Amino acid sequence: MTSAEKYATAAYLVVLAVVLLYLVIYAFKLQRLSRDVEEIAELARTRSGAPETRIPGE
Amino acid sequence: MLLLAGIALAFYWVPMAPLEGFRQRIFYIHVPVALTAYACFGWGAWKGLRLLWTRDQRHDLESYTAIHIGTIFGILTLVTGSIWARTSWGVWWSWGERQLVLFLVLFLFYSAYFMLRYSVDPGPRRANMSAVYALFGVVLIPISFLAIRLAEDLIHPVVFDRDVGTNLAGSQLFTFVVCLAGMLVLAAALYLNELTGKRVDARLRELRESLA
Repeated sequence: MTSAEKYATAAYLVVLAVVLLYLVIYAFKLQRLSRDVEEIAELARTRSGAPETRIPGE
Repeated sequence: MLLLAGIALAFYWVPMAPLEGFRQRIFYIHVPVALTAYACFGWGAWKGLRLLWTRDQRHDLESYTAIHIGTIFGILTLVTGSIWARTSWGVWWSWGERQLVLFLVLFLFYSAYFMLRYSVDPGPRRANMSAVYALFGVVLIPISFLAIRLAEDLIHPVVFDRDVGTNLAGSQLFTFVVCLAGMLVLAAALYLNELTGKRVDARLRELRESLA
């Protein structure tokens, strides 16, 4: 592999790596949002005194 | 898919450039990334203008998200540009190049947007300040874009010229357009995902406050 080929490949890999990193960060964010939804649902149940219901699909 | 197709075309289909050789293939990722960064900053400024015009706070989050995504593409522009500079000029950065320095100024300007935004409490005042700042930044985009043509001591290559049109062959232009379309679609997907996430986050915060 020539020097030019290495640099060109590196440029493309950097872009792909950053996009992948962004997706990983976004996945963590979705996990946090999911936990927040659970927490708020629990809070709402406690306040209303309603029994726990399962979310369809879980 | 468009982006992957563009990358495949850039590596396996486009003929080798006579002067630049293999390193010319960086062009197909670097320029679309840079144009996408400009598009994101421009979209952020447009949403800022819409906010100031309509006073609809919805545009604040859209402007912020566009600038957020634009900053990511700005980092990629600087990194891929540096890689190209290293292989072409033998240096990672040249302070004498107005195009590079102006893009860096644009990038730093929009990076400071986040400092401004988070130094003010959430509300209409922060939204208005952010919108005005985003609008000021958009002035730098045409300057940064035209710097390459205005510079006299130029070593940054000019591909699209007003007099001769494009310096690209048919296959090169086609690959460039596919890569650009792919990059814009990627940015749009990231923007919509990020925007949805931020909206859900804000809504959950409101719900939590109302339930507490």
